[in-house]
Amino acid sequence: MAEVTADIPKREPLILRILKSFALLRESGVAMIGAGIILFWVLVALFAPLIAPFPPNATLAPLLPPFSPFEGDGGGTFWLGTDHIGRDILSRIIYGSQTVLIYAPLATGCAYVVGILMGVVAGYKGGWWDDILSFVANLILSFPVLVLYVIIIATVGASGINILIAITFASAPGIMRIVRGLVLDLRTRDYVAAAQTRGESSLWIMLVEILPNARGPLIVDACLRLGYVTITIGVLGFLGLGLPPPDPDWGGMINETRTMAQVFPWMSVFPCLAISSLVLGLNLLADGLREISIKD
Amino acid sequence: MLVFLARRLAYMVLTMLALSLIVFLMLEISPGSIATKVLGPYSSEEQRAIWLEENGYNRPLHVRYIDWLGGFATGDLGESITYKVPVNEILWDRLGNTGILGLATFLVMIPLSLTLGVLAGMKEGSFQDRSISVVGIVFTSVPEFASAVLLSTIFVFGLGLLPGTSGMTDGFNLIELILPVMVLVLYDFGYVARMTRASMAEVMTTHYIRTAVLKGLPYRVVIMRHALRNALIAPFTVIMLQINWLLSGVIVVEFFFAYKGFGALLLEASLTQDIYVIQACAMVAVFVAVTTQTLADIGYTYLNPRIRFS
Repeated sequence: MAEVTADIPKREPLILRILKSFALLRESGVAMIGAGIILFWVLVALFAPLIAPFPPNATLAPLLPPFSPFEGDGGGTFWLGTDHIGRDILSRIIYGSQTVLIYAPLATGCAYVVGILMGVVAGYKGGWWDDILSFVANLILSFPVLVLYVIIIATVGASGINILIAITFASAPGIMRIVRGLVLDLRTRDYVAAAQTRGESSLWIMLVEILPNARGPLIVDACLRLGYVTITIGVLGFLGLGLPPPDPDWGGMINETRTMAQVFPWMSVFPCLAISSLVLGLNLLADGLREISIKD
Repeated sequence: MLVFLARRLAYMVLTMLALSLIVFLMLEISPGSIATKVLGPYSSEEQRAIWLEENGYNRPLHVRYIDWLGGFATGDLGESITYKVPVNEILWDRLGNTGILGLATFLVMIPLSLTLGVLAGMKEGSFQDRSISVVGIVFTSVPEFASAVLLSTIFVFGLGLLPGTSGMTDGFNLIELILPVMVLVLYDFGYVARMTRASMAEVMTTHYIRTAVLKGLPYRVVIMRHALRNALIAPFTVIMLQINWLLSGVIVVEFFFAYKGFGALLLEASLTQDIYVIQACAMVAVFVAVTTQTLADIGYTYLNPRIRFS
């Protein structure tokens, strides 16, 4: 520390701070690999109409193995082959990435909003708020996850909204537990006492004073949870409880073709590799972030 | 200790009751649709009304709940709509099959993940540690349905070594169990190994381990005698809670390999809206989950003297 200036240094603009936190990723090779894989799939999803060689739902030529040429209008190659009704698998995987990259973050986001609200209230208010919220959370957490999903989806039917609701319902309690633990620690800090003395409302203190300081562990958890949610959406599709056909969805593609895997393995193997790589990316990123946060 | 046990058991009963209410409400809140589920979509409005009256669905909700719970307590689980037999006749066989699958999975997974976890945690940050961690992350990232497809592509269609389905049509067959167990182990071992590693790494930084090393004990003895006993307390809880995860995993694996187990039954019942089977399965799943959580809690307290005597 060379000199102490009288005025408080200006905060850098938000965008610069976000960019700087991304630069932190360079400290961990594992995190970089993870971020790279995720970035790859985000780009694929964004530019799907440009990259995909064929329309995802067009029935062109059934049962062709990988690298087969297309002998219709326009030509082209089925790099990963075609499925049982003649749709190009590469194009379906590319468009399927849009499905997963919209639904997984959306569902995780919903779960986080609910879980954070529950957790902050339970941790900050304490007392019977805490007792009731914790009991409800424990109840939901004692269900085996997939059993819960299967029952919910079987009761309310399979649709995009219902998948979001089911995932929010099943994941929010876990998030609540983490947030509650963090808040219990943070609420004894001086800045919270200062805000209380200033006469700020509880809502302000919970959301503006406490929550931003709990973000570190939550970001790591969000990466892991995004991976679980991606798996969940895949599993639901695989069990036939996912998004209704025909729009491509990785889990659904595997479900439709798995009985033919004996003769046409490429139909189900490639979607499997796609979903595994995305989840791997998220898990590696989470692991790297944890490593970086421990170092600091 | 007795007070603790009693409190824990009371809490378990309370949880079970609350969960049974959730299961009941989720599936029975709209009696009109139950009649449709039981009688089929082609029944007339009148038939449904008669059926509802005969089966007491016009009684208030809380009376029906108590009646249903009483039925459960006395072993009357209702009748399956698909199979037209009491749920009791199918449920327990299926549960036994899943028990075999789960037991086999644990027999493979526990030694494997504990060994790997201890090896990784012994020297934190070493090459050995990093590589075990990365392998764990990679395998945990492959969802069960994906590894089922990939493994059967390799071992069934590629090499032709193993059977692709596990229906056990000609009686029990150990070979048919290999692939399902492999899938479950691959997905789960990474997590347990990770937890064991964290626990082991923590123990290795304690003073008594440093003392043991400094007084000149061989490294083997330090690990086997001093470190392991404390490092394996935390994984015990993790392993018990893993049963909860396994109940999810068996749904996918049994569905894929056509194994006649409990998970496949639950899924099949959900897809055909076989309501009494869903209720029975959900209750069994919840019972197993809550019981193992309670056992994990009690066991952890018993194993850890620092908690036991405080």
